[in-house]
Order: sequence, then structure tokens, then C-alpha cells
Amino acid sequence: MAKLIRMDKTGHTTLAEWTLDDQAAVDVAVRAFREQLDAGYYAVVTRGEGHAEQVRELPLDAGTVILRRPIAGG
Amino acid sequence: MAEEATAVLRETAGVYWRPRVDERRLTLAGRTWTATTFAHTVPWLAMAAFLLYLEPLSFPLAIILIAHAWVIPELYAKRGANVLRQAHRLGAGPERTALGLLGDLVGHDARELHGRTGLVPERGTLGLWLVGEMGAVLVRPGGRRVHCYCIRVPEPDLPSADRIAHLLLALREDEVGFATVANQAFSGAPWRLVRRLPARARPAVREVVQRARVHS
Repeated sequence: MAKLIRMDKTGHTTLAEWTLDDQAAVDVAVRAFREQLDAGYYAVVTRGEGHAEQVRELPLDAGTVILRRPIAGG
Repeated sequence: MAEEATAVLRETAGVYWRPRVDERRLTLAGRTWTATTFAHTVPWLAMAAFLLYLEPLSFPLAIILIAHAWVIPELYAKRGANVLRQAHRLGAGPERTALGLLGDLVGHDARELHGRTGLVPERGTLGLWLVGEMGAVLVRPGGRRVHCYCIRVPEPDLPSADRIAHLLLALREDEVGFATVANQAFSGAPWRLVRRLPARARPAVREVVQRARVHS
């Protein structure tokens, strides 16, 4: 089961879980994904060891999609 | 590994005036830091020696000049060490949850080093990185120079492991963009940095420097 998680003050929050054969769950996940991007989060998918990719559409085949905040020079 | 990343980190749009970091710019930055250290040290030492040569009784002034030559480079090194400082801690529950996610992102060796030192190593194309909560240190191939970068997620209420995970994911997305967005706090020999670090962080830097020497 794929997961959409957001790093936040609780450690992380699972916002949606879906499988490709559950269209209702996919719809919920896509909606949650867009809401978080609109709220300023960036979505990242890990692509093998040491590699990550930022995505703007929910990759339904991904295992875990992580939402992070933008970073900045200190 | 991070070298496979091709996408541009979105945060680089916020520093559009900065050229993207590359090997040449890193080398140039290192030499500039060395020249700055030289300028802050050698003239003062030379002046102290000259004063003592002219008048041995001027030794109090000579001591002040020597202290100046010692303190300024130490302050720069301390500024570099500050990028590996810890952020404030949240409750045990969020910290534990965040640690679980970070643990999923890294391998066994990195988890072990994080458990001991609070820092996560990551191999990149520019060298070996050591990622902390408020910044990262890049150890160049050969292990003779470190670059300290101040970079963080500007959220006040995040667990420490989530702070590291934010930086780690951004680093893996676009290593060069990561180094471009970050503010450079220090560059110099690893031993200068290690002396100013808290005891907890020293083994991590020593180990990553050792790896950089072995793999160069």
C-alpha cells in the first residue's frame, strides 16, 4: 500500500494510503496531495539509494511520497 | 547516489543571482578562505615579531597582536562548527516518530553514525557530506578541506530527525542546488573545524574525513 506522508511537528503524519485498484482511495490521495502542494509543501519520492526526485503530480506507483517544507540558507 | 540527480532544486529560484556551485567555484572559494586566513594571521604575527625586534619591552602589545592573529581564524572556524549545532528538542514522541522516517531513508552505517553523533553521512559528486539539523559539512575528496554550509528548514516546531530528513532529501534531489542555496559559513582544514565542534560531533567529522581520504 502506497502512502502520502507529511513531515511535521508530530514527526510525520500519514495523509493518505492507496492501492491502484482502489479508485476512491486514489482520489482521496490525489486531493490531499494537491492541498498540501497548495499549502506550500514540496513532494519528494526516493528513487533508489541516495537519490530523490521532486514531483508535482502524485506518482501512484510510488511506495511513499514525502511532503517537506522548502529549505533556506541560514 | 546523489550524482544521479538531474532535477534543479526549486529553492534555487530564491537565490537566482548566485551561480550554481561547481568544482571550479568550490576550489576558488577554498582558496579565498585560505587567503583570508593568511591575511588575518601573518601580518599580525609579522608585526608582533617586528615590534619585539625593535623593542623587547613592547611585548604586551606583541601579545595582543599574536592573540588577534589567533582569535580571528578561531572565530571563523567556530562559525563553521555552528552549522552542526543541534536545534531545540520536541517531545519524545515526535522525535521517535521522525527518527523512524529518517531511519527508512538511510542505510545501516548512517543510522549507526546518527545514533552516536546526531549527524548523517551522504556521498555526493562534490565529496562526502555530513548532514545535521541546521546545516551540512562537505568534505572534499582527499579529506584535506571542508566546506561548512548553513542551511535549514525554517519551521520552528520540527523534530530534529525531520530537520535532517528535509536537508537530506533536498541534497539528494539536487546536490549542486543544495550547495548553491546554502550560505557558506567556513572553509578550511578539517582539524580547524574539529577543534571547535562539540565532543558529540567530532567523531562524525573524523570518520567522514577518513572515508574521503580512503576513497580519493
